[in-house]
Amino acid sequence: MGWVTPLGAGLDDVWARLMAGDTAEVKAIANPETGRALAYAPVPMKLVEALGRNPRLRRSSAISYFAVAAGLAALADAGVEMTPELAARTAVVFAISSGGVAYTRRFYEQVVKQGANAASPLLFPETVYNAPASHFAAQLGIDGASYTLVGDASVGLAALKFAEQLLDTSDLAQVVVVGSEEMDWVLCAAYREWRLARGAEAGSRGALLAEGAAALVLAREGRVKIAALHDGVSVFRRAEAAAALDRVFADLVRESAVDVVIGCANGTFADRVESAAIAQHCPRAAAYFPKQAFGEALGASALMQVIVGALALTKSEVPGCVPRGEALKTALVSTLGFNQQASGLLLARDC
Amino acid sequence: MSTDENPTLRRVAITAMGVVSPLGAGAEETARALREGRDAVTPVTRFDVSRTRCRTAGQVEERRRAEGGRRKTRLHRASHMMIAAAREAQGQDAGFVPELFVVGTTSGGMSFGEQFYRAQVAKVRPRERAAWLANYLPQKAVLDALEACGFSCPSQIIANACASGTNAVGHAFRLVRAGKHERVWCGGYDVIAEMVFAGFDSLQASTTEKIRPFDKNRTGLVLGEGAAILALEEMESARRRGARILAEVTGYGISTDNHHLTQPHPSGIGPRQAMERALADARRTAGEVDYINAHGTATAFNDATEGTAIAQIFGDRVPVSSTKSMMGHALGAAGAIEAAFSVLALRGQFLPPNINYAEPDPAWTLNIVANKSREARVRCVVSNSFGFGGTNASIVLERAEP
Repeated sequence: MGWVTPLGAGLDDVWARLMAGDTAEVKAIANPETGRALAYAPVPMKLVEALGRNPRLRRSSAISYFAVAAGLAALADAGVEMTPELAARTAVVFAISSGGVAYTRRFYEQVVKQGANAASPLLFPETVYNAPASHFAAQLGIDGASYTLVGDASVGLAALKFAEQLLDTSDLAQVVVVGSEEMDWVLCAAYREWRLARGAEAGSRGALLAEGAAALVLAREGRVKIAALHDGVSVFRRAEAAAALDRVFADLVRESAVDVVIGCANGTFADRVESAAIAQHCPRAAAYFPKQAFGEALGASALMQVIVGALALTKSEVPGCVPRGEALKTALVSTLGFNQQASGLLLARDC
Repeated sequence: MSTDENPTLRRVAITAMGVVSPLGAGAEETARALREGRDAVTPVTRFDVSRTRCRTAGQVEERRRAEGGRRKTRLHRASHMMIAAAREAQGQDAGFVPELFVVGTTSGGMSFGEQFYRAQVAKVRPRERAAWLANYLPQKAVLDALEACGFSCPSQIIANACASGTNAVGHAFRLVRAGKHERVWCGGYDVIAEMVFAGFDSLQASTTEKIRPFDKNRTGLVLGEGAAILALEEMESARRRGARILAEVTGYGISTDNHHLTQPHPSGIGPRQAMERALADARRTAGEVDYINAHGTATAFNDATEGTAIAQIFGDRVPVSSTKSMMGHALGAAGAIEAAFSVLALRGQFLPPNINYAEPDPAWTLNIVANKSREARVRCVVSNSFGFGGTNASIVLERAEP
């Protein structure tokens, strides 16, 4: 596992900050067109500055830096030394929601303000959703399967499901699953106008949008096991979210008792929906909501939750919760995106 | 792993499909257009192209809106196309209820994002902005298609640039073949947007002339748009319930070319690996292939590498055409649309043409289906899609034998 978050990088370092109750620094920015105040949680660029010397990444956007840093950290954590033979049996699956939004906005800004004939050909290739996956695959020398999945904040679990399917239908040895996201004022403005993201002013309500990346190496054996991974339930309108998440919880809790829930609450309608599901299905489980610390990192957020769940199991502790004095065996990770699907998974410690 | 190597793997039938493209709406109209070799590339009307070099595209007619009333304007054109394709597929096989929907796209409802940005610049807050935001994201058109047909299955949306549609069909095929799902919908969609149009223009990948794939004097691509959905089902299950078998998917190959974000390795190794892997997956030899629906974008780089790879694997025996010559490049939808075209070729026993073709490229000798469709015995088709990021995908489709 590996991640690059607004609270830092490094599994143990970030975990210590979560246990200490730290939260991401909020960066206030202004919409340059309207002057409206916006906010998000940035990743400190010093965490990825070493990648700036990488020739493949020299023109890429922050999202690719985050993704490559998290992916390489996950492989290092797994003790994987990538040989050509192993690269041939490794696949990459990316989870993205907004993608290279900074370059996309800059490119289209040139089209609108200067004319299409002035738009930079250096920016456009980096706007495609699969640019980060391409850069990462190139780092590893992978010439086989590389997929980028897009969707809402549940897309991280969709990517894990996809990776599981790849392992089940091929002779791959491992799949590296990476979720990554960057921020730009236009994205903050869009979610703010959609009444889902908070602004910079005091008392502003909604999700704090965030940058970051999280990566997992999925193999057939490991120290934490995915005991059950839900297919997901489509949510066509917000009024259906409660029933959808309720179904996810019911399906997963049927599989196993749950010691801890790693929730997706982010300051939006998701909070109420998820609280009801936890109260209904896991009333005795400890519950922790990492988006309160990291912010809502969209395509990266579900995988951040999975890492938090895995760390909680391996360390038998949960941020903000009184220790129980017994080992934690099962964690339920719950996701509810803004407009696609609800999903969840069960993690089990390999005892 | 093919079905011969692993007997637990199952055969995969296509029992229904829906297609909307500049060549027409629905299988019948599309087949007619393919046989005629219709040129559906026209001047762009949806946005200002006065400052781009290229000014043409393959566009789906405006009258083809799947929904009326308030939804006519609230929904993105992508949703209308997906709903139309979904309804056609559902209409062909009413007994098919998908367990999963795998879709490829590259830009979702991009034009709504553009309108949102333009409103910011203009410092206005039009009432429509709520609809723009809610309908901009790639998953919205997918959910709209499911909802229009009364389905509620989960979705997986692949954004592997121009290979997305073929990746979606290929992944769905693998899931059904391995017994992970009984019935899966798969497909792709993309709609022309100003930002993407300007992007290809900035790279000088698009042309000011006609699109001429594999021609010596090719000058680049034109963009297209559309949607296609295919219903994949385990063969025995489809037969048991008496479903019509349109064709069979038998192989899928994927490769990643790490040479450059937008340029393929000149050796053609990426396309070659994808085609070789698809053929091996299908347990077919190059000699058994009757037609190749090429990626064929008409850019200098793509056609050079794809032409080289085809010549290396197939020589000059197998007929090749790029149907993009008729409707442009529909990006993330292209693979799904071209899979549907391949099914039409298998069912109609004809080879769609590569129009605007005048002079062979001396770099390779290919059997191009030049300018006119051909009647032919077509039992096995390879369909290619290659994209930015170095993603290459090929599928093998075969005529359904009793």
